[in-house]
Amino acid sequence: MKTTDTLLLMLGQFALMSLFAIGGANSVLPEMHRFVVEQQGWLTHQKFAELFGLAQGVPGPNMLVVALIGYHVAGLPGALVCTIGLIGPSSLLTFLVYRVWDRFRGSAWQELIQAAAAPVTVGLVLATGYIVTMAADETWQAFAVTAGVAILTVTTRAHPLIWLAIAAALGALGLL
Amino acid sequence: MCRSGRAARRQDDRPLTESLPSPRRITPLELFIGFAGIALSGFGGVMPFARRMMVERRQWLTAAEFTDLVSLGQILPGPNIVNVSICVGWRFAGAAGIFAALAGLVFVPFWIVIGFGIIHATYGEVPRVQGAFMGIAAAGAGLVIATGLKMARPMIGSIQALIFIVLGFGAIAIMRWPLMPVVLVLATLSILVTAWIRGRR
Repeated sequence: MKTTDTLLLMLGQFALMSLFAIGGANSVLPEMHRFVVEQQGWLTHQKFAELFGLAQGVPGPNMLVVALIGYHVAGLPGALVCTIGLIGPSSLLTFLVYRVWDRFRGSAWQELIQAAAAPVTVGLVLATGYIVTMAADETWQAFAVTAGVAILTVTTRAHPLIWLAIAAALGALGLL
Repeated sequence: MCRSGRAARRQDDRPLTESLPSPRRITPLELFIGFAGIALSGFGGVMPFARRMMVERRQWLTAAEFTDLVSLGQILPGPNIVNVSICVGWRFAGAAGIFAALAGLVFVPFWIVIGFGIIHATYGEVPRVQGAFMGIAAAGAGLVIATGLKMARPMIGSIQALIFIVLGFGAIAIMRWPLMPVVLVLATLSILVTAWIRGRR
């Protein structure tokens, strides 16, 4: 495939995902996985999980995992195209709604939509957790790290970088 | 559009304007620096840092206005903090403000992320580095599961919410159905059910 074709395809797919990203990037990860790993074969299962983990360890909105995916597929232009694709349409929609927001703020349906969307979003985020786990973990030790990090993050207030650093050290020592 | 009209309406909108001086101007440069600061101080979730910067330190927004923008960001698709930056940028500096805020929030950390991407692409096959990346991947998966669980915590008592969590999870993770139809159908169903249950009360 020509590079421009690849870039256009990525732009179109990520722009479409943008409009369905309720609750942000964590909800559309499974769709990205389906597109870049399963349909196009641009990334392996494991690489996808590595890029996702890497994005968690970098400051900034966690949607920037799309920049890593784009970079891996098509270098810097790929990173730019994926990032702009994922935030472009949703940002435009936000801009349009914000201009008339004064009229609707605090209305009954605003709260209704929020309450109704929340559980669907949780389902999507947990689905992302499941898919990334299946991609990342090949040994029981790796599964134990995933489970341990999940439990410790829910039960303690420690900085997530601590868990990423410990897990990276365990991996570098060849223990996973 | 008519910013003066909006400003006039805001005067009546007391809860939201309480402690805010009349809509002032914030330069695009200030917006850029402010949002870059938010982006660089947060890992995973940047919302607490956004609040600290915009409400407490620089007092661009009142607490009520911040909460209002976050709830607008929540009902719209896209990363919430990105949506908030669009509104804040537009409100204080128009179109230039939007681009300045986005540039600070997204395109400053973008280069750091790319730096890590280059390291990953260059050294990712060295055994020790590969091992470290496997560890990071495993931990990253744990972090997102924790995010989902924390979001689910306030819904534990609601059977209706649990049903939609299970439906969303099952459709995407187990059935591997495409996201777009799943979101359309489940969001619509969830809104209808929520409205129906509230109507009966």
